[in-house]
Amino acid sequence: MHLIHLTPFDLALAALLVLALVPLSLRLRLEIARPLLIAALRTTVQLLLVGLVLKAVFANVHLLWIGAISLLMLLLAGREVMARQRRRLAGWWGFGVGTLSMFVSSFAVTLLALIVVIGPQPWYQPQYAIPLLGMLLGNTMNGIAIAMDRLTQEAWQQRAVIEGRLMLGQDWSRAIGDIRRDSMRGGLIPIINAMAAAGIVSLPGMMTGQILAGSPPVEAVKYQILIMFLIAAGTGFGTVGAVWAGSWRLFDERQRLRLDRLRP
Amino acid sequence: MNLDLGPGECVGVSGPSGAGKTLLLRAIADLDPHEGEVLLDGVPARRVPPAQWRRRVGLLPAESAWWGERVRDHFRDDPAPGLGRLGLPPAALDWEVRRLSTGERQRLALLRLLENRPQVLLLDEPTANLDAAGRERVEALIAEYRGECAAGVIWVAHDAAQLARVATRRFRFEDGRLVAAADPAAPCT
Repeated sequence: MHLIHLTPFDLALAALLVLALVPLSLRLRLEIARPLLIAALRTTVQLLLVGLVLKAVFANVHLLWIGAISLLMLLLAGREVMARQRRRLAGWWGFGVGTLSMFVSSFAVTLLALIVVIGPQPWYQPQYAIPLLGMLLGNTMNGIAIAMDRLTQEAWQQRAVIEGRLMLGQDWSRAIGDIRRDSMRGGLIPIINAMAAAGIVSLPGMMTGQILAGSPPVEAVKYQILIMFLIAAGTGFGTVGAVWAGSWRLFDERQRLRLDRLRP
Repeated sequence: MNLDLGPGECVGVSGPSGAGKTLLLRAIADLDPHEGEVLLDGVPARRVPPAQWRRRVGLLPAESAWWGERVRDHFRDDPAPGLGRLGLPPAALDWEVRRLSTGERQRLALLRLLENRPQVLLLDEPTANLDAAGRERVEALIAEYRGECAAGVIWVAHDAAQLARVATRRFRFEDGRLVAAADPAAPCT
């Protein structure tokens, strides 16, 4: 199938649409003109850089390169999870819980998909490995960030309830059980909604991108289904792991609620 | 501070707000980290699993917490006899928690705590939101429980007259220290 190449002029035309929002924002005093322009600029620069990096990596297929890029993606995603929490765990835990959970879930699911399901040669073929890991990390990051934010926020607000349950002789896990379940559900709702609405309300971005780039629609759909399942699994395991580890950290060895382990 | 509590004994503690009364109870219940040592029957708290410790050393906070929708969701067994003793009808078990008055919450929280049959009761202003009749009922129920289970009680209250009625010994927080109150020989009900 023929791929229509986009020129810088085509992209500039699309950018004009974003610029058209600026006078509207100023007129309605929405105060989003500046963040909108900065975000648009960041999108352009970041994606162009990624494009260049991927071009280089695709040209030199080497496990070390893939590993380095994956590690960088993981660290950036971990930082993002931490930054999105209003009351995060203090110290290394704030970064470590989210990052480690993402590492275990996203990397494990990506490896499984690469080696068992897709089977490219070599298995770390960047054309498959990097987009897969990127989509998994991005979605797992969202799920974990939502779940951890809810966990820490609810623990802070429901201190009396948690301690009330401890006072009645419940163990820490039961005392924070309701909050933990709510947090896990909160982290999983976006992917459940995305799966439920896929194809009816929205055409997923990856599938649309593949079709635009010339792939047969049925192939694009199959990849999209695969990605949805992988994202659901990665987000599910990552969220459950992060929330469990985060809630464990909120108690000490005497099962006291330690809100002093959260940043105020 | 050094405080001994015998079986069936009731120690009253008073003092100005912010003096550390609640902190003392929380430390004994092992809810806050502390540097002191608390022993029950000669065994330090740190040697007892935390959940088990808090079932044996029960703390009734000044403001109780509720998590289920109905009162019944917070009880393991049927507390019907206790409900009557505290002036509450059996139907109270089906009441929605969000509709409970502060006084009803306080009385129900006491019943909920007694379900564990704690060996030590730590009471933080247990009758602060009750009228005279409610106060009498709570005092009578706790006195009966003390007698029946030989439970030791630490009763924190601002009401000196109440402590004189219920406590076998009384202390006051003064400048961060626990000192014997003026009339240690107050009768115990």
